[in-house]
Amino acid sequence: MLKFDNVSMRYPGAGDVLRNVSFHLERGEMAFLTGHSGAGKSTLLKLIALIERCSRGQVFLDGKNLNLATDRQVPYMRRKVGLIFQDYKLLQDRTVFDNVALPLVIAGYGHNEVSRRVRAALDKVGLLTKEKKYPAVLSGGEQQRVGIARAVVNKPPMILADEPTGNLDPELSAEIMHLFEQFQQVGVTILIASHDISLIAQMDHRILKLDHGQLVDEFGELAEVNDEAR
Amino acid sequence: MKHVNKRPVRPAKPVKQEPRWQTKVSGGNFVDKFHAYHNLHAHALFSSLGRLLASRFSLVMTVVVLAIAISLATGFYILVANLQQLAGNLEASNQISLFLKDDISEGRANKFVGSIRQNPNIQDVKLITKEQALAEFKAYSGFGEAIKALEKNPLPVVIQVLPKNSLKNEQAIKTMLDDFNRSAEVDFAQMDMQWVKRLKSIMEVARRGVFLLSLLLGAGVLLITATTIRLELYNRRDEVVIAKLVGATNSFIQRPFLYSGFWIGFFSGVTAWFIVTVIMLILKQPVETLSRLYEGAFHVLFLGFTETMALLLISSVLGVMGSWIVLHFQLQQLKPE
Repeated sequence: MLKFDNVSMRYPGAGDVLRNVSFHLERGEMAFLTGHSGAGKSTLLKLIALIERCSRGQVFLDGKNLNLATDRQVPYMRRKVGLIFQDYKLLQDRTVFDNVALPLVIAGYGHNEVSRRVRAALDKVGLLTKEKKYPAVLSGGEQQRVGIARAVVNKPPMILADEPTGNLDPELSAEIMHLFEQFQQVGVTILIASHDISLIAQMDHRILKLDHGQLVDEFGELAEVNDEAR
Repeated sequence: MKHVNKRPVRPAKPVKQEPRWQTKVSGGNFVDKFHAYHNLHAHALFSSLGRLLASRFSLVMTVVVLAIAISLATGFYILVANLQQLAGNLEASNQISLFLKDDISEGRANKFVGSIRQNPNIQDVKLITKEQALAEFKAYSGFGEAIKALEKNPLPVVIQVLPKNSLKNEQAIKTMLDDFNRSAEVDFAQMDMQWVKRLKSIMEVARRGVFLLSLLLGAGVLLITATTIRLELYNRRDEVVIAKLVGATNSFIQRPFLYSGFWIGFFSGVTAWFIVTVIMLILKQPVETLSRLYEGAFHVLFLGFTETMALLLISSVLGVMGSWIVLHFQLQQLKPE
């Protein structure tokens, strides 16, 4: 589903943010991306969402080489990825329903289909009764669930979450993680960037650890997959 | 973008839905999508209007500024159109009047007419005797009584010469005029309609001036709209970025802004039409009084149907273009972080 092949990312003046990163996520796999601040977690996610393009190497999403995507194709590639953010990135002047409907409206779905899918997504995250509310009146956990509903409403094969529980207390965080596991069970590939080590440890999923832009194993040694790729 | 919130969402009514929609798992069917596309446009059209009306104060300011610029261009246009109508009533012929010297007898004048007729460049010659001239003067000048008081007819014998139409060349006519001025019988020769020609040249200058002025004002309208839309774009930066993140194409993001540009242009056009029409109504009365004093068949021209349509079309197009320019150059810069 997602494959990084010797990917390096260099920002002018900042040196290499990612160095020879190689890994492969199978369809339906759930993985955590960890590492200290500035290890390159966000940059890695940005490459998948085509917010940035890698300097060297290749990124494959759903069999497509993202390096080859033209600017015109970028929006269509992004529709394959549901994005979830630490700060939720909801539109404050739109209702919960409208926030969740946005990806469907953009994709050109008709009114009936939009209503049906939005309600299904809101039902899934347990917010069906709050569809007419505005984000500001919801709690942090509820807002994040709106963000998740928006990310899954278009049924993307892949979900990317950048510190989704960064602003939430441990109980709510566990709830959100459980929600992700439910999506994984129906075949969605999920990559979650997080530095919440205790939370990640509780869950039995693959962990990708970044250290100064390189993938390492749990002991801090350069990961085996990296060596293979060389 | 938020067309879904216009209708309250009711619980699902599976009975009412067409079966094929229920069987569709990924993506609506073509008809549904086709309607959705039109809904998107209709929605963008009216939501951009709603958004503009929500910030009424800034909309009114922008529209009035634009309307003043547009009405200046339109006002000059209609002014020139009116003057042209005035000048158009005057036939700019090349007719030359020869005022003969006072001591020339009628017989000699007739002979002179005969000699002029020989000239192959002359189409027509007409002799106006002193008596005819006096009668005409009495009839038209309104000084009839005063002239009766004169002992002697002060008017000269006049010969009206109409050169052939083929003689268009100004230089040739000038030469002919000079020749007449040199002949012994003629006191002086003049082209009757010289001033009309001058007026027409001035009109041509004015017409081009108005065209150039309109270009400048049009550019102004374009840039003011662009600035307004740029501000709007930056106010809605978050929305644009989020839409981009969830896979919106540039055309999807642009659409409501282009419609905003359209509305701004359209409203400015309508306001400009009102400004020009009110000014014309204020000027109508005095101009027609003036016209009556000159016994002229001059009527104030207002903006006609075609001109009104052109005014609205041009201002709307300028609005859309101004908006497009901003989107073209600035949308790329709004990147998700």
